[in-house]
Amino acid sequence: MQIKGKVFIFGDNINTDLIIPARYLLTSDPQELAKYCFEDIRPGFGQRNDVQGSIVIAGENFGSGSSREHAPLAIKGAGIKCVLAKSFSRIFLRNAINIGLPIGELSLINEFKEGDEIEINFSSGKIVNRRTQKTFEIKPYPPFLQEIIISGGWLNYLKTLGTKEER
Amino acid sequence: MSLTLAEKILAKKTGRKVEPGEFLLLEVDVALGNDITAPLAIKEFYQAGGDKIYDPEKIVLVSDHFTPNKDIKSAEQAKQMREFAKTQKIKKYFEIGRGGIEHVLLPEEGIVKPGHLVVGADSHTCTYGALGSLAIGVGSTDLAGVFLAGKVWLKVPPTIKIELIGKPKKYVSGKDIILKIISLLGTEGANYKVLEFSGEGVKNLSMASRFTMANMAIEAGAKTGIFPVDEKVIDYAQERGYKAEPLLPDNSAKYEKIYKFHLNEINLQVARPCLPSNSKDIQEIEKEKIKIDQVVIGSCTNGRLEDLRIAASIMKKSKVHENVRCIVIPGSQKVYYAALQEGLIETFIQSNCVVSPPTCGPCLGGHMGVLAKGERAVATTNRNFRGRMGHPESEIYLASPAVASASALKGFICSPESL
Repeated sequence: MQIKGKVFIFGDNINTDLIIPARYLLTSDPQELAKYCFEDIRPGFGQRNDVQGSIVIAGENFGSGSSREHAPLAIKGAGIKCVLAKSFSRIFLRNAINIGLPIGELSLINEFKEGDEIEINFSSGKIVNRRTQKTFEIKPYPPFLQEIIISGGWLNYLKTLGTKEER
Repeated sequence: MSLTLAEKILAKKTGRKVEPGEFLLLEVDVALGNDITAPLAIKEFYQAGGDKIYDPEKIVLVSDHFTPNKDIKSAEQAKQMREFAKTQKIKKYFEIGRGGIEHVLLPEEGIVKPGHLVVGADSHTCTYGALGSLAIGVGSTDLAGVFLAGKVWLKVPPTIKIELIGKPKKYVSGKDIILKIISLLGTEGANYKVLEFSGEGVKNLSMASRFTMANMAIEAGAKTGIFPVDEKVIDYAQERGYKAEPLLPDNSAKYEKIYKFHLNEINLQVARPCLPSNSKDIQEIEKEKIKIDQVVIGSCTNGRLEDLRIAASIMKKSKVHENVRCIVIPGSQKVYYAALQEGLIETFIQSNCVVSPPTCGPCLGGHMGVLAKGERAVATTNRNFRGRMGHPESEIYLASPAVASASALKGFICSPESL
């Protein structure tokens, strides 16, 4: 899988209240949630025209706090193709994998600036920053999680598992 | 054998020894959803071709976040969950007036038991670790997976041991102890790991304190917090009509790290905005005379009867300061009723508090106590993130019911000792 896009930069501890404040959790429609994505840290972000097709790069502990799956859904709904962060909070990581939002751990986030065009190759784990032409690596997922991602999410994986067991 | 508490529960589930880092597919004992997370799980369940759920006995649905419903949209979400419970014959569906805040309710009703593997589409599911269960917060798709197949995927976590020694000082409770621990570990210090609370000091902690501590394990990033099943847990089980067996970690269990805490050295704590790890001793905070607009006493962290007893014993001394609004939220219908019978509710009303029905409401800035721009609150809840309780420019200080009550009376953040 290959992804290209423009980068938006966020800091450390971007918790789920900042990704999608609880006052907007009155729906589970990704398009509706997308309008308020990152609302309390970057007002109006979800309504920008250039968010569609972009890539978010953040610092440590991305997605901490609540278990709300509305957080990765809002990001996905906004058309953000991938989130790269120094580290992810546990429940956010599982939610992203379960719903098929591509994420990756990247340590050298300071090598990226807002607006950089980057390319991510998930099969090789390589990232290229077009501005600097430098190459970086993301940590590959363990095989079990890769299987879930390839299946198209956890529920699809469970269904194929069911048919395997029946055979 | 040399297993931690979490490894023991997982080994029993799989029928073999498990190692940290392994991925497991496991059947759960209990799976929980609420009026925010269940509607999404229901949608995903049907979209994935689900018809009848795998085992309705294992599912618990609680209407507690935006209830009593704050607007039409939240009413629609609650209705969706209510109708799903009926269609799928889920008996453990808790309506308002018959339930309460999920993490106060489930242990109280004897639904979660020691040794259980629990998943909940709510990050504070880890609360049940106080009972010696392995209780893990997950997302809505995970809950949909349990609807579909009764199963969940888990990575066996490494364990950090928190060894507790001695007895806490007067007024110091589970809230202060866990805030102190989080300030040391940081908000991702235990990411993907289990916090196992053990040591001889555990026996000096009430069940309410243990629930508070396990509840906030997530604020250090932990997969869950867990306590051994000792006499206090066994008594707690007996009071709820079931029998529990002791469950202790092995002496030779392998821990990633061990931290020791002398309970008598821990002071009352207050966590400044905007991270739960920002806690300081009350002595330091009190000097600043930080003025407050609102106090919230309640939540899945501190909404139990013992919390209300402490609050009432302090509230009795005076009335809420003229510049402060104080909201008291009993954690469940049962807690509310007991507080009424004990005269605690009368004390709160006479002190000019408003007593709310059980709800998560203000903790997540949902309703029933949302903050305006520039306002400051002391809350016994679990998160003081930016905008968590309302306007992005409002502030939350986290504290125990004792500190919150004293602050409500004085109008600034202070210790009950200063009254």
